[in-house]
Amino acid sequence: MSIHHIHVTINGKHYEGDVEARTLLVHWLRDSLRLTGTHIGCDTSSCGACTILVDGKAVKSCTMLAVQADGRELLTVEGLEQNGKLHPLQEGFHVEHALQCGYCTPGMMMAALALLKRNPSPSEQEIREGISGNLCRCTGYVNIVKAIQYAAQKLREPQPEQVPAGSGGGGE
Amino acid sequence: MIPGPFDYQVAGSVAEAIALLDRYGADAKVLAGGHSLIPLLRFRLASPAVLVDINRLRDLEYIQEADGVLHLGALTREVELETSDLIRRRYPILADTARVIADPVVRNWATVGGNLAHADPANDHPATMLALGAQLVATGPAGQRLMAIENFFTDSSFETTLQPNELLTEIRIPAPSERSGGAYLKLERKVGDYAIAGVAVYLTLDGNDHVTYAGIGLTNVGPTPIKARAAEQLLLGRPLEEAVIAQAARQAAAEAQPVSDLRGPADYKRAMVETLTIRALRLARSRATGGASR
Repeated sequence: MSIHHIHVTINGKHYEGDVEARTLLVHWLRDSLRLTGTHIGCDTSSCGACTILVDGKAVKSCTMLAVQADGRELLTVEGLEQNGKLHPLQEGFHVEHALQCGYCTPGMMMAALALLKRNPSPSEQEIREGISGNLCRCTGYVNIVKAIQYAAQKLREPQPEQVPAGSGGGGE
Repeated sequence: MIPGPFDYQVAGSVAEAIALLDRYGADAKVLAGGHSLIPLLRFRLASPAVLVDINRLRDLEYIQEADGVLHLGALTREVELETSDLIRRRYPILADTARVIADPVVRNWATVGGNLAHADPANDHPATMLALGAQLVATGPAGQRLMAIENFFTDSSFETTLQPNELLTEIRIPAPSERSGGAYLKLERKVGDYAIAGVAVYLTLDGNDHVTYAGIGLTNVGPTPIKARAAEQLLLGRPLEEAVIAQAARQAAAEAQPVSDLRGPADYKRAMVETLTIRALRLARSRATGGASR
Protein backbone atom coordinates (compact mmCIF):
# COMPACT_ATOMS: atom_id res chain seq x y z
CA MET A 1 0.00 0.00 0.00
CA SER A 2 1.64 3.20 -1.11
CA ILE A 3 1.77 6.42 0.91
CA HIS A 4 2.04 9.69 -0.97
CA HIS A 5 3.02 13.17 0.05
CA ILE A 6 0.66 15.61 -1.62
CA HIS A 7 0.47 19.36 -2.00
CA VAL A 8 -2.94 20.89 -2.62
CA THR A 9 -4.25 24.45 -2.70
CA ILE A 10 -7.63 24.66 -1.00
CA ASN A 11 -9.57 27.91 -0.86
CA GLY A 12 -6.38 29.76 -1.75
CA LYS A 13 -4.39 28.18 1.07
CA HIS A 14 -1.60 25.62 0.72
CA TYR A 15 -1.99 22.25 2.41
CA GLU A 16 0.27 19.24 2.37
CA GLY A 17 0.25 15.84 3.98
CA ASP A 18 0.84 12.12 3.66
CA VAL A 19 -2.09 10.11 2.35
CA GLU A 20 -2.63 6.44 1.75
CA ALA A 21 -3.38 5.73 -1.89
CA ARG A 22 -6.86 4.54 -0.94
CA THR A 23 -7.82 7.67 1.00
CA LEU A 24 -10.75 9.35 -0.66
CA LEU A 25 -10.53 13.07 -1.19
CA VAL A 26 -13.63 13.79 0.89
CA HIS A 27 -12.20 11.85 3.83
CA TRP A 28 -8.92 13.74 3.64
CA LEU A 29 -10.76 17.06 3.57
CA ARG A 30 -13.01 16.19 6.48
CA ASP A 31 -10.96 13.91 8.70
CA SER A 32 -7.42 15.17 8.20
CA LEU A 33 -7.93 18.84 7.37
CA ARG A 34 -11.15 19.23 9.37
CA LEU A 35 -12.81 20.99 6.46
CA THR A 36 -16.14 19.47 7.39
CA GLY A 37 -18.32 21.74 5.30
CA THR A 38 -18.09 19.16 2.52
CA HIS A 39 -20.63 16.47 3.40
CA ILE A 40 -20.77 12.75 2.76
CA GLY A 41 -24.20 11.55 1.73
CA CYS A 42 -24.52 8.44 -0.38
CA ASP A 43 -20.86 7.49 -0.72
CA THR A 44 -21.51 6.33 -4.30
CA SER A 45 -21.38 9.53 -6.41
CA SER A 46 -25.17 9.68 -6.63
CA CYS A 47 -26.19 12.44 -4.19
CA GLY A 48 -23.69 15.25 -4.77
CA ALA A 49 -23.42 16.31 -1.09
CA CYS A 50 -19.61 16.08 -1.43
CA THR A 51 -19.37 18.29 -4.53
CA ILE A 52 -16.34 20.60 -4.60
CA LEU A 53 -14.47 22.35 -7.40
CA VAL A 54 -11.21 20.85 -8.63
CA ASP A 55 -9.34 23.14 -11.00
CA GLY A 56 -12.59 25.04 -11.45
CA LYS A 57 -14.77 22.05 -12.29
CA ALA A 58 -17.39 20.51 -10.02
CA VAL A 59 -16.38 17.04 -8.88
CA LYS A 60 -17.88 14.59 -6.40
CA SER A 61 -15.07 14.30 -3.89
CA CYS A 62 -16.23 10.87 -2.67
CA THR A 63 -15.25 9.48 -6.06
CA MET A 64 -11.77 10.89 -6.29
CA LEU A 65 -8.69 9.78 -4.39
CA ALA A 66 -6.91 12.37 -2.27
CA VAL A 67 -3.68 11.55 -4.09
CA GLN A 68 -5.33 12.54 -7.37
CA ALA A 69 -5.69 16.07 -6.05
CA ASP A 70 -1.91 16.48 -5.77
CA GLY A 71 -0.88 19.79 -7.32
CA ARG A 72 -4.46 20.82 -8.01
CA GLU A 73 -6.51 23.79 -6.87
CA LEU A 74 -9.63 23.04 -4.86
CA LEU A 75 -12.53 25.15 -3.72
CA THR A 76 -14.80 23.90 -0.96
CA VAL A 77 -17.84 25.53 0.59
CA GLU A 78 -15.60 27.11 3.24
CA GLY A 79 -14.02 29.16 0.46
CA LEU A 80 -17.23 30.84 -0.64
CA GLU A 81 -17.37 33.44 2.11
CA GLN A 82 -14.83 36.22 1.59
CA ASN A 83 -13.74 38.61 4.36
CA GLY A 84 -16.78 37.83 6.44
CA LYS A 85 -19.13 38.53 3.56
CA LEU A 86 -21.38 35.78 2.28
CA HIS A 87 -21.07 34.74 -1.35
CA PRO A 88 -24.16 35.64 -3.41
CA LEU A 89 -25.03 31.94 -3.51
CA GLN A 90 -24.95 31.70 0.29
CA GLU A 91 -26.95 34.91 0.49
CA GLY A 92 -29.42 33.51 -2.04
CA PHE A 93 -29.90 30.28 -0.12
CA HIS A 94 -30.55 32.34 3.01
CA VAL A 95 -32.89 34.90 1.47
CA GLU A 96 -34.88 32.39 -0.59
CA HIS A 97 -35.03 29.83 2.24
CA ALA A 98 -33.41 27.19 0.01
CA LEU A 99 -32.62 24.72 2.77
CA GLN A 100 -34.34 22.89 5.53
CA CYS A 101 -31.98 20.30 7.00
CA GLY A 102 -29.03 21.76 5.11
CA TYR A 103 -27.31 18.49 4.40
CA CYS A 104 -27.22 18.89 0.61
CA THR A 105 -26.55 22.63 0.76
CA PRO A 106 -22.73 22.75 0.48
CA GLY A 107 -22.73 20.42 -2.54
CA MET A 108 -25.70 22.20 -4.03
CA MET A 109 -23.94 25.56 -3.80
CA MET A 110 -20.72 24.22 -5.29
CA ALA A 111 -22.58 22.63 -8.22
CA ALA A 112 -24.45 25.90 -8.68
CA LEU A 113 -21.19 27.86 -8.60
CA ALA A 114 -19.77 25.68 -11.37
CA LEU A 115 -22.96 26.13 -13.36
CA LEU A 116 -22.88 29.93 -13.01
CA LYS A 117 -19.24 30.10 -14.03
CA ARG A 118 -20.12 28.30 -17.25
CA ASN A 119 -23.48 29.93 -17.80
CA PRO A 120 -23.99 33.23 -15.94
CA SER A 121 -27.62 33.57 -17.09
CA PRO A 122 -29.14 30.10 -16.89
CA SER A 123 -32.82 29.47 -17.55
CA GLU A 124 -34.83 27.65 -14.90
CA GLN A 125 -34.48 24.48 -16.96
CA GLU A 126 -30.71 24.91 -17.19
CA ILE A 127 -30.49 25.41 -13.43
CA ARG A 128 -32.53 22.26 -12.83
CA GLU A 129 -30.26 20.33 -15.20
CA GLY A 130 -27.16 21.85 -13.63
CA ILE A 131 -28.10 20.60 -10.15
CA SER A 132 -29.55 17.30 -11.34
CA GLY A 133 -26.58 15.45 -9.83
CA ASN A 134 -27.37 16.88 -6.39
CA LEU A 135 -30.20 15.45 -4.35
CA CYS A 136 -32.29 17.37 -1.84
CA ARG A 137 -34.88 15.44 0.15
CA CYS A 138 -36.45 18.40 1.95
CA THR A 139 -37.25 21.32 -0.27
CA GLY A 140 -38.61 20.03 -3.55
CA TYR A 141 -35.92 22.19 -5.22
CA VAL A 142 -38.20 25.18 -5.87
CA ASN A 143 -36.42 27.50 -3.47
CA ILE A 144 -33.02 26.14 -4.45
CA VAL A 145 -33.74 27.19 -8.02
CA LYS A 146 -34.83 30.62 -6.76
CA ALA A 147 -31.65 30.94 -4.70
CA ILE A 148 -29.49 30.19 -7.72
CA GLN A 149 -31.48 32.70 -9.79
CA TYR A 150 -30.90 35.25 -7.01
CA ALA A 151 -27.16 34.56 -7.07
CA ALA A 152 -27.01 34.64 -10.85
CA GLN A 153 -28.55 38.08 -10.90
CA LYS A 154 -26.31 39.34 -8.13
CA LEU A 155 -23.18 37.94 -9.78
CA ARG A 156 -24.05 39.59 -13.08
CA GLU A 157 -23.81 42.97 -11.38
CA PRO A 158 -20.14 43.97 -11.42
CA GLN A 159 -18.70 42.99 -8.01
CA PRO A 160 -15.12 41.85 -8.56
CA GLU A 161 -14.43 41.34 -4.85
CA GLN A 162 -17.07 38.59 -4.78
CA VAL A 163 -15.01 36.20 -6.91
CA PRO A 164 -13.68 33.66 -4.44
CA ALA A 165 -10.05 32.65 -4.51
CA GLY A 166 -9.42 29.37 -6.23
CA SER A 167 -12.57 29.41 -8.31
CA GLY A 168 -10.61 30.15 -11.47
CA GLY A 169 -9.74 27.52 -14.03
CA GLY A 170 -6.23 26.52 -14.92
CA GLY A 171 -4.50 23.95 -12.83
CA GLU A 172 -1.62 21.70 -13.68
CA MET B 1 -16.88 2.28 2.71
CA ILE B 2 -13.13 2.50 2.38
CA PRO B 3 -11.36 0.76 -0.50
CA GLY B 4 -8.96 -2.05 0.32
CA PRO B 5 -5.25 -1.27 0.11
CA PHE B 6 -3.58 -0.76 -3.24
CA ASP B 7 -0.53 0.93 -4.69
CA TYR B 8 -1.02 4.03 -6.77
CA GLN B 9 1.10 4.99 -9.74
CA VAL B 10 0.55 8.08 -11.81
CA ALA B 11 1.46 7.81 -15.47
CA GLY B 12 3.24 10.82 -16.93
CA SER B 13 2.94 9.62 -20.51
CA VAL B 14 1.16 6.95 -22.53
CA ALA B 15 4.45 5.03 -22.76
CA GLU B 16 4.80 5.16 -18.99
CA ALA B 17 1.21 3.95 -18.51
CA ILE B 18 1.86 1.00 -20.80
CA ALA B 19 5.15 0.18 -19.10
CA LEU B 20 3.31 0.12 -15.76
CA LEU B 21 0.53 -2.07 -17.15
CA ASP B 22 3.13 -4.35 -18.69
CA ARG B 23 4.91 -4.61 -15.36
CA TYR B 24 1.87 -5.31 -13.18
CA GLY B 25 -0.24 -7.20 -15.71
CA ALA B 26 -3.65 -8.34 -14.49
CA ASP B 27 -2.91 -6.98 -10.98
CA ALA B 28 -3.28 -3.45 -12.29
CA LYS B 29 -6.35 -1.42 -13.13
CA VAL B 30 -6.41 1.79 -15.14
CA LEU B 31 -7.89 4.75 -13.28
CA ALA B 32 -9.52 7.17 -15.71
CA GLY B 33 -12.58 9.15 -14.56
CA GLY B 34 -13.01 6.56 -11.82
CA HIS B 35 -16.78 6.88 -11.57
CA SER B 36 -17.22 3.14 -12.08
CA LEU B 37 -13.92 1.94 -10.64
CA ILE B 38 -13.86 3.90 -7.38
CA PRO B 39 -17.36 2.75 -6.31
CA LEU B 40 -16.27 -0.82 -7.14
CA LEU B 41 -13.20 -0.38 -4.96
CA ARG B 42 -15.31 1.06 -2.16
CA PHE B 43 -17.73 -1.88 -2.28
CA ARG B 44 -14.66 -4.12 -2.47
CA LEU B 45 -16.02 -5.70 -5.63
CA ALA B 46 -12.66 -4.97 -7.20
CA SER B 47 -9.33 -5.26 -5.43
CA PRO B 48 -6.50 -4.52 -7.84
CA ALA B 49 -3.01 -4.43 -6.35
CA VAL B 50 -2.11 -1.33 -8.35
CA LEU B 51 -3.99 1.59 -9.84
CA VAL B 52 -2.41 3.28 -12.84
CA ASP B 53 -3.78 6.82 -12.94
CA ILE B 54 -3.94 8.18 -16.50
CA ASN B 55 -5.74 11.42 -15.63
CA ARG B 56 -2.64 13.53 -16.22
CA LEU B 57 -2.36 12.39 -19.86
CA ARG B 58 -3.77 15.56 -21.37
CA ASP B 59 -2.63 14.37 -24.82
CA LEU B 60 -5.42 11.76 -24.63
CA GLU B 61 -8.08 14.47 -24.37
CA TYR B 62 -9.05 15.66 -27.85
CA ILE B 63 -11.91 15.85 -30.33
CA GLN B 64 -10.58 16.22 -33.88
CA GLU B 65 -11.98 15.57 -37.31
CA ALA B 66 -9.34 14.73 -39.92
CA ASP B 67 -9.29 12.82 -43.21
CA GLY B 68 -12.91 11.76 -42.95
CA VAL B 69 -12.56 10.41 -39.43
CA LEU B 70 -13.52 11.77 -36.02
CA HIS B 71 -10.73 11.08 -33.54
CA LEU B 72 -11.67 11.06 -29.87
CA GLY B 73 -8.92 10.78 -27.29
CA ALA B 74 -9.89 8.05 -24.87
CA LEU B 75 -9.61 10.42 -21.92
CA THR B 76 -12.02 12.96 -23.43
CA ARG B 77 -14.41 13.97 -20.64
CA GLU B 78 -18.12 13.54 -21.26
CA VAL B 79 -18.68 17.26 -20.69
CA GLU B 80 -16.43 18.02 -23.66
CA LEU B 81 -18.47 15.77 -25.95
CA GLU B 82 -21.66 17.28 -24.62
CA THR B 83 -20.60 20.86 -25.25
CA SER B 84 -18.43 20.58 -28.38
CA ASP B 85 -19.77 22.56 -31.34
CA LEU B 86 -18.28 20.04 -33.75
CA ILE B 87 -20.05 17.17 -31.99
CA ARG B 88 -23.37 18.98 -31.78
CA ARG B 89 -23.25 19.97 -35.42
CA ARG B 90 -21.81 16.85 -37.05
CA TYR B 91 -22.34 14.01 -34.55
CA PRO B 92 -25.53 14.79 -32.62
CA ILE B 93 -25.83 11.10 -31.66
CA LEU B 94 -22.69 11.55 -29.51
CA ALA B 95 -24.13 14.64 -27.84
CA ASP B 96 -27.38 12.68 -27.25
CA THR B 97 -25.34 9.99 -25.54
CA ALA B 98 -23.02 12.17 -23.47
CA ARG B 99 -25.81 14.26 -22.01
CA VAL B 100 -27.69 11.30 -20.56
CA ILE B 101 -24.68 9.73 -18.88
CA ALA B 102 -24.91 10.01 -15.09
CA ASP B 103 -25.28 13.71 -14.14
CA PRO B 104 -23.49 16.97 -15.01
CA VAL B 105 -21.04 16.79 -12.11
CA VAL B 106 -20.03 13.23 -12.94
CA ARG B 107 -19.64 14.19 -16.61
CA ASN B 108 -16.94 16.72 -15.71
CA TRP B 109 -14.66 13.87 -14.83
CA ALA B 110 -16.03 10.70 -16.50
CA THR B 111 -14.36 9.72 -19.79
CA VAL B 112 -15.56 8.23 -23.05
CA GLY B 113 -12.75 5.65 -23.03
CA GLY B 114 -13.61 4.55 -19.52
CA ASN B 115 -17.28 4.24 -20.42
CA LEU B 116 -16.28 1.80 -23.18
CA ALA B 117 -13.43 -0.07 -21.48
CA HIS B 118 -15.49 -0.79 -18.37
CA ALA B 119 -17.71 -2.82 -20.74
CA ASP B 120 -20.76 -2.44 -18.53
CA PRO B 121 -23.81 -3.39 -20.61
CA ALA B 122 -25.60 -0.54 -18.81
CA ASN B 123 -23.12 2.07 -20.05
CA ASP B 124 -24.33 4.28 -22.87
CA HIS B 125 -21.39 4.74 -25.25
CA PRO B 126 -21.10 1.07 -26.24
CA ALA B 127 -24.47 1.04 -28.03
CA THR B 128 -23.73 4.33 -29.76
CA MET B 129 -20.29 3.20 -30.89
CA LEU B 130 -21.76 -0.08 -32.14
CA ALA B 131 -24.32 1.88 -34.17
CA LEU B 132 -21.65 4.20 -35.55
CA GLY B 133 -19.28 1.37 -36.46
CA ALA B 134 -16.44 2.91 -34.44
CA GLN B 135 -12.89 1.63 -34.47
CA LEU B 136 -10.78 1.55 -31.32
CA VAL B 137 -7.06 2.08 -30.96
CA ALA B 138 -5.40 -0.09 -28.32
CA THR B 139 -1.82 0.86 -27.52
CA GLY B 140 0.52 -1.73 -26.03
CA PRO B 141 4.25 -2.38 -25.73
CA ALA B 142 4.38 -3.44 -29.39
CA GLY B 143 2.58 -0.34 -30.63
CA GLN B 144 -0.96 0.38 -31.76
CA ARG B 145 -3.65 -2.08 -32.71
CA LEU B 146 -6.87 -1.09 -34.45
CA MET B 147 -10.05 -3.05 -33.86
CA ALA B 148 -13.70 -2.75 -34.74
CA ILE B 149 -15.93 -1.97 -31.76
CA GLU B 150 -17.84 -5.21 -32.30
CA ASN B 151 -14.61 -7.11 -31.58
CA PHE B 152 -13.98 -5.12 -28.41
CA PHE B 153 -16.70 -6.58 -26.22
CA THR B 154 -16.75 -10.29 -25.39
CA ASP B 155 -19.68 -12.55 -24.48
CA SER B 156 -19.19 -11.70 -20.80
CA SER B 157 -20.21 -8.59 -18.92
CA PHE B 158 -17.41 -6.21 -17.91
CA GLU B 159 -14.91 -7.88 -20.23
CA THR B 160 -13.09 -6.62 -23.31
CA THR B 161 -10.49 -8.02 -25.67
CA LEU B 162 -7.91 -5.50 -24.43
CA GLN B 163 -4.79 -7.23 -23.18
CA PRO B 164 -3.70 -6.42 -19.60
CA ASN B 165 -0.78 -4.40 -20.99
CA GLU B 166 -2.87 -2.45 -23.50
CA LEU B 167 -4.49 0.95 -23.03
CA LEU B 168 -7.49 2.13 -25.01
CA THR B 169 -6.11 5.39 -26.42
CA GLU B 170 -8.44 6.54 -29.19
CA ILE B 171 -11.90 6.04 -30.66
CA ARG B 172 -12.29 6.59 -34.40
CA ILE B 173 -15.67 7.27 -35.94
CA PRO B 174 -16.30 7.61 -39.68
CA ALA B 175 -17.25 11.20 -40.53
CA PRO B 176 -20.87 11.46 -41.66
CA SER B 177 -21.38 10.98 -45.36
CA GLU B 178 -24.19 12.77 -47.19
CA ARG B 179 -27.66 11.93 -45.86
CA SER B 180 -26.40 10.27 -42.69
CA GLY B 181 -27.83 10.71 -39.24
CA GLY B 182 -28.17 9.03 -35.90
CA ALA B 183 -29.79 9.28 -32.52
CA TYR B 184 -29.49 7.82 -29.05
CA LEU B 185 -32.56 7.53 -26.87
CA LYS B 186 -32.44 6.37 -23.28
CA LEU B 187 -35.34 5.62 -20.98
CA GLU B 188 -34.34 6.22 -17.37
CA ARG B 189 -36.28 6.54 -14.15
CA LYS B 190 -34.32 9.59 -13.07
CA VAL B 191 -31.18 11.54 -13.91
CA GLY B 192 -28.11 9.55 -13.04
CA ASP B 193 -29.72 6.13 -13.24
CA TYR B 194 -28.77 3.44 -15.68
CA ALA B 195 -31.08 2.89 -18.63
CA ILE B 196 -34.25 0.83 -18.36
CA ALA B 197 -33.44 0.47 -22.04
CA GLY B 198 -31.44 2.53 -24.51
CA VAL B 199 -31.29 2.44 -28.31
CA ALA B 200 -28.69 3.95 -30.62
CA VAL B 201 -29.36 4.16 -34.34
CA TYR B 202 -27.18 5.37 -37.19
CA LEU B 203 -28.33 5.51 -40.81
CA THR B 204 -27.19 6.51 -44.26
CA LEU B 205 -29.82 7.00 -46.94
CA ASP B 206 -29.43 7.24 -50.70
CA GLY B 207 -31.22 9.80 -52.85
CA ASN B 208 -34.40 7.73 -52.84
CA ASP B 209 -34.41 7.35 -49.05
CA HIS B 210 -33.25 3.75 -49.28
CA VAL B 211 -31.00 2.64 -46.43
CA THR B 212 -27.37 2.05 -47.42
CA TYR B 213 -25.97 1.82 -43.87
CA ALA B 214 -27.77 0.86 -40.70
CA GLY B 215 -26.27 0.49 -37.24
CA ILE B 216 -28.36 -0.33 -34.17
CA GLY B 217 -26.97 -0.73 -30.65
CA LEU B 218 -28.90 -1.58 -27.48
CA THR B 219 -28.10 -0.55 -23.89
CA ASN B 220 -28.79 -2.53 -20.71
CA VAL B 221 -31.00 -5.21 -22.22
CA GLY B 222 -28.57 -8.10 -22.06
CA PRO B 223 -25.34 -9.31 -20.47
CA THR B 224 -23.29 -7.25 -22.94
CA PRO B 225 -23.89 -4.28 -25.22
CA ILE B 226 -25.95 -5.63 -28.12
CA LYS B 227 -25.58 -4.97 -31.84
CA ALA B 228 -28.98 -5.70 -33.37
CA ARG B 229 -27.59 -7.27 -36.52
CA ALA B 230 -30.81 -8.77 -37.89
CA ALA B 231 -32.62 -5.45 -37.49
CA GLU B 232 -29.76 -3.71 -39.30
CA GLN B 233 -29.92 -6.26 -42.14
CA LEU B 234 -33.64 -5.82 -42.40
CA LEU B 235 -33.22 -2.11 -43.08
CA LEU B 236 -30.48 -2.36 -45.70
CA GLY B 237 -31.60 -1.58 -49.22
CA ARG B 238 -35.14 -0.75 -48.16
CA PRO B 239 -36.95 2.57 -48.13
CA LEU B 240 -37.23 4.00 -44.62
CA GLU B 241 -41.02 3.98 -44.48
CA GLU B 242 -43.11 3.62 -41.35
CA ALA B 243 -43.87 -0.05 -42.08
CA VAL B 244 -40.16 -0.80 -42.44
CA ILE B 245 -39.36 1.14 -39.28
CA ALA B 246 -41.97 -0.84 -37.36
CA GLN B 247 -40.61 -4.12 -38.67
CA ALA B 248 -37.01 -3.24 -37.79
CA ALA B 249 -38.07 -2.12 -34.31
CA ARG B 250 -39.86 -5.43 -33.70
CA GLN B 251 -36.72 -7.22 -34.82
CA ALA B 252 -34.48 -5.12 -32.52
CA ALA B 253 -36.79 -5.95 -29.61
CA ALA B 254 -36.48 -9.63 -30.49
CA GLU B 255 -32.70 -9.33 -30.37
CA ALA B 256 -32.75 -7.79 -26.90
CA GLN B 257 -32.10 -10.19 -24.01
CA PRO B 258 -33.50 -8.30 -21.04
CA VAL B 259 -33.99 -9.78 -17.60
CA SER B 260 -36.54 -8.70 -15.04
CA ASP B 261 -35.10 -6.56 -12.26
CA LEU B 262 -35.78 -3.41 -10.24
CA ARG B 263 -36.03 -1.40 -13.46
CA GLY B 264 -38.90 -3.50 -14.76
CA PRO B 265 -40.01 -6.85 -16.11
CA ALA B 266 -38.31 -8.28 -19.18
CA ASP B 267 -41.42 -7.93 -21.35
CA TYR B 268 -41.69 -4.25 -20.53
CA LYS B 269 -38.05 -3.64 -21.39
CA ARG B 270 -38.46 -5.47 -24.67
CA ALA B 271 -41.48 -3.32 -25.49
CA MET B 272 -39.45 -0.22 -24.64
CA VAL B 273 -36.69 -1.31 -27.02
CA GLU B 274 -39.29 -1.50 -29.77
CA THR B 275 -40.70 1.94 -29.00
CA LEU B 276 -37.29 3.56 -28.61
CA THR B 277 -36.10 1.99 -31.88
CA ILE B 278 -39.08 3.45 -33.73
CA ARG B 279 -38.42 6.89 -32.27
CA ALA B 280 -34.66 6.71 -32.84
CA LEU B 281 -35.12 5.65 -36.47
CA ARG B 282 -37.51 8.53 -37.10
CA LEU B 283 -35.14 11.01 -35.48
CA ALA B 284 -32.14 9.59 -37.35
CA ARG B 285 -34.09 9.89 -40.62
CA SER B 286 -35.00 13.46 -39.82
CA ARG B 287 -31.38 14.31 -39.07
CA ALA B 288 -30.11 12.48 -42.16
CA THR B 289 -32.46 14.40 -44.40
CA GLY B 290 -31.68 17.78 -42.86
CA GLY B 291 -34.76 18.01 -40.69
CA ALA B 292 -34.98 19.26 -37.15
CA SER B 293 -32.10 18.04 -35.04
CA ARG B 294 -34.30 17.17 -32.09
